[in-house]
Amino acid sequence: MKFIHYIEKISGVGVYGLISLTIFVLFFTAMLIWVFKTKKKTLTEISRIPLDN
Amino acid sequence: MQVEKFYYDNKIVKAFGYATIIFGIVGMIVGLWAAIQIYYPAISLNFAPTTFGRLRPLHTNAIIFAFVGNASFAGIYYSLQRLCKARMFSDKLSWIHFWGWQLIIVAAAITLPLGLTNGAEYAELIWPIDIAITLVWVVFGINMFGTIIKRREKHLYVAIWFYIATWVTVALLHIVRSIELPYSLTGSYSWYAGVQDALVQWWYGHNAVAFFLTTPVLGLMYYFLPKAANRPVYSYRLSIIHFWSLIFLYIWAGPHHLLYTALPDWAQSLGVVFSIMLIAPSWGGMLNGLFTLRGAWDKVREDPILKFMVVAITCYGMSTLEGPLLSLKGVNAIAHYTDWIIAHVHIGGLGWNGFLAFAILYYMIPKMWGTDLYSKKLATNHFWLGTIGIILYAVPMYWAGFEQSLNWKAFTAEGQLKFDFMETVNNIKGMYVIRSIGGTLYLIGALVMTYNLYKTIAKGKFIANEEAEAAPLVKEAHEKKEYWHRVIERKPVMMLVVSLVLVAIGGLIEIIPTFLVKSNIPTIASVKPYTPLELQGRDIYVREGCYTCHSQMIRPFRDEVVRYGEYSKAGEFIYDHPFQWGSKRTGPDLAREGGKYPDSWHYNHMYDPRSMSPGSLMPQYVWLLDNKLDISTTPAKIRAMKTLGVPYPDDYDKIANRDLMQQADSIAGNLKKDKIETASNAEIIALIAYLQRLGRDIKSAPKQPLAETTK
Repeated sequence: MKFIHYIEKISGVGVYGLISLTIFVLFFTAMLIWVFKTKKKTLTEISRIPLDN
Repeated sequence: MQVEKFYYDNKIVKAFGYATIIFGIVGMIVGLWAAIQIYYPAISLNFAPTTFGRLRPLHTNAIIFAFVGNASFAGIYYSLQRLCKARMFSDKLSWIHFWGWQLIIVAAAITLPLGLTNGAEYAELIWPIDIAITLVWVVFGINMFGTIIKRREKHLYVAIWFYIATWVTVALLHIVRSIELPYSLTGSYSWYAGVQDALVQWWYGHNAVAFFLTTPVLGLMYYFLPKAANRPVYSYRLSIIHFWSLIFLYIWAGPHHLLYTALPDWAQSLGVVFSIMLIAPSWGGMLNGLFTLRGAWDKVREDPILKFMVVAITCYGMSTLEGPLLSLKGVNAIAHYTDWIIAHVHIGGLGWNGFLAFAILYYMIPKMWGTDLYSKKLATNHFWLGTIGIILYAVPMYWAGFEQSLNWKAFTAEGQLKFDFMETVNNIKGMYVIRSIGGTLYLIGALVMTYNLYKTIAKGKFIANEEAEAAPLVKEAHEKKEYWHRVIERKPVMMLVVSLVLVAIGGLIEIIPTFLVKSNIPTIASVKPYTPLELQGRDIYVREGCYTCHSQMIRPFRDEVVRYGEYSKAGEFIYDHPFQWGSKRTGPDLAREGGKYPDSWHYNHMYDPRSMSPGSLMPQYVWLLDNKLDISTTPAKIRAMKTLGVPYPDDYDKIANRDLMQQADSIAGNLKKDKIETASNAEIIALIAYLQRLGRDIKSAPKQPLAETTK
């Protein structure tokens, strides 16, 4: 009934870590690319949302 | 295009705002009470519900979930409507959320002083309340996402991202931490044991700070700071990077609470690395906040709201620099278990959370009552009382932490410990007094605010439904392919999923291997399950909140091994549901307490700690001598433990109470030899049984080599 017995049955669980890290790195890189490619105008527009109400 | 007319719901903001003020003051009073007990134990009134071990969880829960929680909800309900240009999705859900949350708080305020607790820091609330929290949280989520979906503003402003991440992650944290097996209506055991429980606990504990005390408040900062300063945030780009890196990195840093403990080394290192990386997004956020005020510092001089915000953001920066530094093993070796940590959390709590909560109250209340603040001067006085209060609180605690740690580690030239534990306590008592003065000033400041806001409310007229206008959102034809991030950024549900995936990855990587690899937790053949009496005693230990002042974890340092005995091994805790390693040593470590003193010493010490160790700060536990142990629960407890994997023999629950009485009689017999007459069914007997068991398993093992087998 212990939790430990459930997870140890997953086969090839070691690869999960690698996949997760890859997802993170890809996501983070894509985020940075987006952040720096977005037009200044759009960002300025969004940043003014709180002030417009 | 036709503009639509609609109304913002201010009534729900008002309700959460009032709750913030009331519970904030209650939480601070309880904190002050607990702080005074540390140097004046008699103020516990020798009354079980008001002893430090029960007040401290009440204080932390009240401040975190009632004060900061209600402040965040007030700010979220205020800003979300305005950022979405829409009324909340459902007034009914808003009110279910409000009353549900307040009932949970009241339930906590009743159960914690009664000693009904899970014994896990910041997750003390018993299982029925845990379920209620889950339900109310779901209601809040539906209401928030409903509002976001029916919004009239194309873009989701960054504050809303922080709210979404808060909702998702708190849900995940709360559920994983609260997996427990009930054995009665109010009692349960953590599903996890020992090292695993510790890892889950600090994954939860650390991220409760991250996602209950930080992300919602950052969201508030990104809305209310530009409002108060009347200028957009310094860099919107930076705020996006701040958001994604913060939510991803935070989730990994939990193990830094367990450095030098029996936690596997790889997990400790992982925690350190991610903690250091956290400096970057945290400071990005702080600088983004402070730079927003560039060229507007003249406003700060006049506007108390901005004053509060500047100190709040600065405290955020200070504690998020200090946190990573504390997670370096060398620094942690000094700071852990001392008042340094208390100082650190109060920079965050009093400075960042408290001051930002005050700032938004000062901002929202005049706005919602269509008037100006009653007195800027009083608000400025509040600011100074609070600021001086924080300094008077934090500086003595840093000093005390540092001094005590150095005292603990000091050896004489002959190689003996220089100070016994009591001396190290007596050396810093004065610091505790100054700390409580700081806390008092802070509390007075909050009372001044209450008066000021009361006068403001009295002179204004409440606008329950605030009129607003905006054009509805129309579906745009997408001619060009859009950047994927812009698509996510506009779609709240996708945002929810992406944030969940990000935080889940961190959580899983950190926790799975500990569950997975048997060699991570070597078991020790001589470690046996607790006897029924010890188990009952352990539950009393948890009930009285002994873990708030005593650790059960000897780190592998020369001074700790000399002072307390052999350092703790992971395998010693495999039957500990929940683990009781503790996080603070106001009193000495108890990991090897078993057998150090005779039973009669413990009996007298619980009756009056100062009779056995003069100068002790411990409250008296007189009721343990009179209370009758409830043994009707024993079979259910044994069955629950067995379900969790503790190897009691089959059908042991039926005969457990026979063994319990036998052991109790033998302890009562020992006490009788020392001329103490007591019934063998007194609670103190069970507690003595537990204390005498602590750390003895490996002492009784045959010396060298320790037989390490797998469970």
